[in-house]
Amino acid sequence: MTADTKFTGQTFKSVGTRPLRPDGIDKVTGRARYGADIDLPGQLVGSILRSPHPHAAIRAINTSKAEALQGVKAVITAADLPDLTNGNKELFDILDNCMARTHVYYDGHAVAAVAAVDAVTARKALKLIKVDYEILPHVTDVDEAVAPGAPVLHKKCFTQGVEPKPKKPSNIARRSEFGHGDVDAGFAKADVIIERTFRTEQTHQGYIEPHACVASISPDGSGELWVCTQGHFVFRQHCAELLGMDVSKLRVTPTEIGGGFGGKTHVWAEPVALALSRKANRPVKLVMSRDEVFRASGPTSATSIDIRIGVTKKGRITAGDATLRYTSGPYVGMWAELGAMTSFACYDMKHVRTVGLEVLVNRPKTTAYRAPSAPMAAFAVESVIDELAGRIGMDPVDLRIRNAAKKGTRSSYGPVYGPIGIGPTLKAAKEHPHMSAPLGENQGRGMACGFWFNFGGQTCTDLNIAPDGTVSLTVGTIDVGGARASLALVAAEELGIPYDQVRTVVGDTSTLGYNDMTDGSRGTFSSSMATIMSARNAISILKERAAKMWDIPVEKVIWEDGCAKAVGKKHGNLAPLSLAEIAEAAPNTGGPIAGHNELVADGAGVSFATHICDVEVDPETGRTQVVRYTVIQDAGKAVHPTYVEGQYQGGAAQGIGWALNEEYVYGDDGRLQNAGFLDYRIPVCSDLPMIDTQILEIPNPNHPYGIRGVGETSIVPPLAAIGNAVSNAFGVRMTHVPMSAPRILAALDEAQAAASEDVETA
Amino acid sequence: MTNLVNTNINGDAVGFACEADETLLDALRNRVGLKGVKEGCGTGDCGACSVILDGTLVCSCLVLGMEVEGRTVETVEGLSNGAELHTLQSKFIEHAALQCGICTPGFLMAAKALLKNNPDPSEEEIRYALAGNLCRCTGYDKIVRAVQATAAELREA
Amino acid sequence: MAQHEVKLWSALRPFAQGESSVRIKARNIRELFARLEADYPGMVPLIRQGIAVSVDGTLYRDSWDTELPAGAEIFLLPRIQGG
Repeated sequence: MTADTKFTGQTFKSVGTRPLRPDGIDKVTGRARYGADIDLPGQLVGSILRSPHPHAAIRAINTSKAEALQGVKAVITAADLPDLTNGNKELFDILDNCMARTHVYYDGHAVAAVAAVDAVTARKALKLIKVDYEILPHVTDVDEAVAPGAPVLHKKCFTQGVEPKPKKPSNIARRSEFGHGDVDAGFAKADVIIERTFRTEQTHQGYIEPHACVASISPDGSGELWVCTQGHFVFRQHCAELLGMDVSKLRVTPTEIGGGFGGKTHVWAEPVALALSRKANRPVKLVMSRDEVFRASGPTSATSIDIRIGVTKKGRITAGDATLRYTSGPYVGMWAELGAMTSFACYDMKHVRTVGLEVLVNRPKTTAYRAPSAPMAAFAVESVIDELAGRIGMDPVDLRIRNAAKKGTRSSYGPVYGPIGIGPTLKAAKEHPHMSAPLGENQGRGMACGFWFNFGGQTCTDLNIAPDGTVSLTVGTIDVGGARASLALVAAEELGIPYDQVRTVVGDTSTLGYNDMTDGSRGTFSSSMATIMSARNAISILKERAAKMWDIPVEKVIWEDGCAKAVGKKHGNLAPLSLAEIAEAAPNTGGPIAGHNELVADGAGVSFATHICDVEVDPETGRTQVVRYTVIQDAGKAVHPTYVEGQYQGGAAQGIGWALNEEYVYGDDGRLQNAGFLDYRIPVCSDLPMIDTQILEIPNPNHPYGIRGVGETSIVPPLAAIGNAVSNAFGVRMTHVPMSAPRILAALDEAQAAASEDVETA
Repeated sequence: MTNLVNTNINGDAVGFACEADETLLDALRNRVGLKGVKEGCGTGDCGACSVILDGTLVCSCLVLGMEVEGRTVETVEGLSNGAELHTLQSKFIEHAALQCGICTPGFLMAAKALLKNNPDPSEEEIRYALAGNLCRCTGYDKIVRAVQATAAELREA
Repeated sequence: MAQHEVKLWSALRPFAQGESSVRIKARNIRELFARLEADYPGMVPLIRQGIAVSVDGTLYRDSWDTELPAGAEIFLLPRIQGG
């Protein structure tokens, strides 16, 4: 990191405007190419056989009949993906998840795959593969998995992070703890303490495009992969390592991505497609069905959270304590740890303790979902904060303002905060007209805060000046929500040229240095930083070239408004040289002009949001409709405000779906019962109101333009905001997400029964 | 058994071969090469494969390829008039009614079908008409606004 | 060279005799990791896996050049995953 990434307070010409996105035309005309739209000559169709059992040992797999079927070109099992992970546990888990080795751990776990001339033949071949399973006891529920006597997934799983090491294996793979102070002393000072247990069910990112790729490995061992991914360099790395290839010999070209939200940060079918192609010596296209996406990609955790918060009558939080159990599928993750880190991050707390427990269950491997793990923890904390406000008779916004973390507060996860933005979002919420708008019958209003860590990471961009002076910007972070437009705005700003003169493309793995994924809200934050540096790099070359054209010292040349200008008494009368003029002369002044940059983008800064929500509950059916919704969040600097709004609205909509309806439903047989969009119902257009947004711009001190990531935080508050709204409407505290109609109805009935009992006894 | 189907797609006479159990979605994508028709679920739940068949909006994954014999099919590829975009297409870009864009072809066809039958829909009518199309990126806000803006412009035209 | 009190998140503490912080002389993250690895070899696997370093509340990845200003609060945390 160098000092020149600091915020300078400059004024902007391009950044902050709302031009049309460069990928728009292709997407409205059907030309945009997504994962399933790529075809190669001679391509085969790949298909995966999946376990119908939630937990079983694989005794034997017989593929001979499938291999003998006409049109089948390759059949693979774990034997064709040998373990090359060399003790790397994380990589082994990825391998084992892509193709089960000794055991299957969930309904949908891959056990074999075929490549055939067409889909019909591939399906027939799958039916001819005989797998001999020894069925084992299973557990899918988070609380049952940690209960005594639960079936243990891995006999060698002794909880990490516990001293001394436990004597018995269990499904708790890891324990992590955060906090400071003395919570018992803190609770002793409280006037009111509320203790509750909350549950949230497992949800899926629900991207509309299923995972899809085309893999082609040549006899010389080099290969190509076209794939919808959030991180083609990471996919290249993992695939090359799992297949024993030289990393540089696998070229990964990202297609347009039809949604990811964290779910496309992980390889699922790609190593399988490559292994099939290697064996068949033909290109193989592998597209997951929707059923496979639900059963065998990576949803978020189901959770069970015990929480206890104490407060004084005057509204000062004295202590908070939380134990968070998060499912991570059959392999250990850091999901409970992230829940433990984020749960109390909004508040200034003297005494706080959070314990995260990673729980193994017979469900698919948990993967990141937009601000992973934070929404569930926020649901628990923000629900109790609201309830405490009610108990001490204080306005819930005021209670939060009173206790909001600020510069100098020791965060619940450890470090002391620098300047942060939760206070301004709360203040904006308090002043927002939504807060004082009248409510109708059966309606309630709730609000909640949310926190997420943003991050940066390894980033690399190229900025090439074409011979006509137009600019081609090549970035290595996948564009998931309009980043190509935003990054073109940044390049235009830095070079002082119109937006239309810049075209951004996402380069493949052979055209750029390594880039981390588009995750952690880092795409625009990181690549804009590298783009600014690339542009500055190009400008210094442009100035040298202009000096050569004028035959004056380069020190006498400045760059302004897209032109080289000569300065000083001697040269000040020279007419400026435009980018096009300098580019045209390039063959004579030293050849092509380009700017490059490689950096580790750091200083993303943490992110806060406050949401306000009105719901209307039908007391007859329990059906709950969101009737008004407002998102308030700090963007640092909104590069393209329309797309920032889009991130706020999209995250809120996903959170609303999670809060009210979405959940994985497992039967007693351990099989997923709703692996489709009909029964796993994400919000449709008629479920939602317009989603209002308020973008705050508190510059990030660690970015030249003050930019912050904006992608994730907006999914954090909705669960609690909606829970609080329901509670405010009917006086029932919802503790189980999703708050589906049957759960709300049951809570209403219970409250009514309690109320009538009160009347009878009175 | 492979059958020959003669039909009209986006104004052109088109013939394609397809199996008896092959969906219109697969035939359009794999036989005719119209990859703007997207598969999100294959079970009629997401609307990404929406096309207009003889003036009616359908999920092409729920129609067999053979069923379009002698009929007319409209897909996203036929929306624009040469280089001139349909108003819906330009309004979707202007209003940022798409992020990842995978659902966009389906939304455009559903919105076209709506506006043909109802040139002045209320917000509620728009929301119900588009309820068969799933979008996971936008929260629908900007999609509804793009359709409202299109309706207004088409009424003036 | 400034001596820093380097605070540890819970997973690192068992390798530092249960202490919640250690004192380390380092100018930058490279020197910090080198000293930690030398003094507390049990931390090596976690450091190699990737650690986030909070410097006065701002999270940095393990980029070696990042300077550690005198008097800054240094807090080691797990590297975050995102969506």
